[in-house]
Amino acid sequence: MSGSALDDRDVKAVALSRGLVPDDLQARLRADASSRTVVLVLFTAGIIWLLIGSVFGEIASLKLHWPDLLVEQGWLTFGRIRTAHLHAVNYGWATAVLIGASVWLMPRLVHAELRGARLALIGGVLFTLGVAVGVVAVLMGYNDGMEWLEAPRFLAGPFFVVGGGLVGLSLFRTVAARKADHLYISVWYILGAFIWFPMLYLTAKWREWSGVEGAAVNWFFAHNVLGFWLTAMSVGLAYYFIPKVLGRPVYSYQLSVLGFWSLAMFYSLNGMHHLVGGPLPTWMITTSIVASVFMFIPVVATGINLHMTVIGRFNALRYSPTLRFVVLGALAYTAVSLQGSFTALREVNRITHFTHWTVAHSHVGGYAFVTFVCFGAMYYIVPRVVGHEWPSARLIRWHFNSVLAGITIYVVGLTAAGVAQGLALLDPAIPFQVSVERSMLGLYARSVGGLLLSAGHLVFAWHFWLMVRMPSSVPRRTRPPFHEAQPVLYSS
Amino acid sequence: MTRISLIALGAFAIMASAICLLVILPDAMLSHVEAPSQLSDYTAVQAQGRAIYVREGCVYCHSQQVRDPSFTTDVDRGWGTRATVPADYVYDTPHLLGTMRTGPDLINVGQRLPDIDWHLIHLYDPRSLVEWSTMAAFPYLFERKAPADVRAEDRVVQIPGPRAPQGVVVVARPEAIALAEYLISLNRQYPVNATAGGSHDSP
Ligand code: HEM
Ligand code: HEM
Repeated sequence: MSGSALDDRDVKAVALSRGLVPDDLQARLRADASSRTVVLVLFTAGIIWLLIGSVFGEIASLKLHWPDLLVEQGWLTFGRIRTAHLHAVNYGWATAVLIGASVWLMPRLVHAELRGARLALIGGVLFTLGVAVGVVAVLMGYNDGMEWLEAPRFLAGPFFVVGGGLVGLSLFRTVAARKADHLYISVWYILGAFIWFPMLYLTAKWREWSGVEGAAVNWFFAHNVLGFWLTAMSVGLAYYFIPKVLGRPVYSYQLSVLGFWSLAMFYSLNGMHHLVGGPLPTWMITTSIVASVFMFIPVVATGINLHMTVIGRFNALRYSPTLRFVVLGALAYTAVSLQGSFTALREVNRITHFTHWTVAHSHVGGYAFVTFVCFGAMYYIVPRVVGHEWPSARLIRWHFNSVLAGITIYVVGLTAAGVAQGLALLDPAIPFQVSVERSMLGLYARSVGGLLLSAGHLVFAWHFWLMVRMPSSVPRRTRPPFHEAQPVLYSS
Repeated sequence: MTRISLIALGAFAIMASAICLLVILPDAMLSHVEAPSQLSDYTAVQAQGRAIYVREGCVYCHSQQVRDPSFTTDVDRGWGTRATVPADYVYDTPHLLGTMRTGPDLINVGQRLPDIDWHLIHLYDPRSLVEWSTMAAFPYLFERKAPADVRAEDRVVQIPGPRAPQGVVVVARPEAIALAEYLISLNRQYPVNATAGGSHDSP
């Protein structure tokens, strides 16, 4: 309990120096302390998954231009290692961090201590174990088929359902015990995500689906797990951290409500745009294309809201790594979504479907948006959980620069490769071989970008380790964090 | 009702409606699709091969669908004579429609490349046949034996050209044979009945 809670005298001093009510600050510290263990365990698990997932991703990437690399073992074949990558980064890394961050955030937002902290801990650990089971099964050659759903239902499924359920239970109980009247928009998104994810998972997995109906269910799930889990949670976090770090209210309450409900209505009908031109009834595909275009509404509403909160304060990005990562993440959210709506149009999709363009888009979403928000959230949360500041501004700078360079190379390279590949595929006079050759440069670029990303991940993991291993004799934080007083991202 | 339960209920209701529209309704509609008379279910060996296709993740590079000629050039490229329709997939569990064409479409590969020996060589070492190919090789689906150990019932695979392994004989394991059997079975060129077969996305 004591962990990061300061004694009363300190609290009073800090509160007064910052113009806060001492009781409020003490309540916030208690809220933080209640989730401490869960948060640290999940963040640690997330970072381990990030490192594992980076290795898998890099191997998969190398194999696409050096196909004779590591071909003697079944578990290292492209199809398995790539799927293991997807599970490790999406259900391992991003999901663990998003759960951890929401468990930390919810008590703060509703002014109550986390209820059932032990349930949340068990749940989070079970979920992450489920990912491990799924990854090992896929590598060993057991998978259910259906992209994003490969982890076997009877082996990994129970872990996901029970684990996610326990975390959800703890969060719902916390909200029920709330002392705040106002429900900030982040609460909506987090609660929504914990309602939507189980609905989606159970729909997709409760039985085996055959034929083209299987494809419809597959992409209904896979699209919505992006929209209603990764995106909903990450938008919820961005809505918290941007105003919080800047110390300004969010631009418009109405826009945040509009963004929430229109996201729910339109995103849920998007899934079939993964099957444009495919052997499914036209009305299904057209519904999803129309809904994809209507995604302009939530995306623009959320975009205006988040960006207008920052506007005029871009200077603050130099001081706070949280802000830097989350603001770039929010920009990437706007970009990836507009790109997505554009990609869903038949005229564009006939060129880009089946190409590396889609993989580039995946990483603008999964990396530049979701992963950046995760990094930003961790830079903010970890100091408050362990009770001292990040030891090194330089490591933060290295981490940031390395992953920003890496993802830029990755996305630019593969997007260009995708267009070249798609145009070649669309011209029957051009042999298939040419579409392979024209992708090659982009595939090499991706491997280079991947190395930079991995290097950034190592720096971050090392820094995190230093942070949690730091002896508790280090003075507890009684002053504003150093990065609120001096720039960390550029040494000026 | 409290505000929080309104939000929760609304979130639930919207997703439930979407599930009705895009999962339950199509399931009901598509369950009437009949298998075309010329399409037969996979044999035991072909089904085993299909399971290996799933296990090795071939779907992440190969699609199994031909799109409408008015929309794309899949037909001109020789990947099929017509767009595929729901009826072509009634025996497919799980579906393998795919979203990437890092490699070519395979729904009619059995018609294009009907020779099982070609597939066995290609699975063992794609670049021994197709120099520019970036496909994964699957040598672990084969055994490499000393010539003296080869038995009469072994399925020997002759790897052509300079990439052939020296001093050993390549023998296909049952898994490789099943996978190749599955590949040569892929052929959806028969005519389909537009009403019984269901329709494809035709912009
Ligand atoms: C070291 C960094 C990374 C590298 C080198 C990398 C590389 C790759 C590769 C090679 C693929 C397979 C593409 C294909 O099937 O053709 C892939 C897929 C994918 N990766 Fe990554 N990745 C990295 C990090 C991440 C992270 C952190 C995330 C998200 C949290 C992510 C999300 C995805 C997704 C969603 C897919 C599936 C893409 C699709 O099916 O279109 N990746 N990645
Ligand atoms: C308005 C919002 C969005 C729209 C309309 C949209 C649209 C699309 C479309 C049409 C595709 C399929 C491309 C193809 O196969 O030809 C796609 C794929 C994908 N999108 Fe989005 N997108 C949106 C936002 C996002 C966001 C926010 C993320 C990440 C959090 C994301 C991640 C992905 C991934 C990972 C794939 C590849 C799935 C796979 O093949 O495994 N998208 N998107």
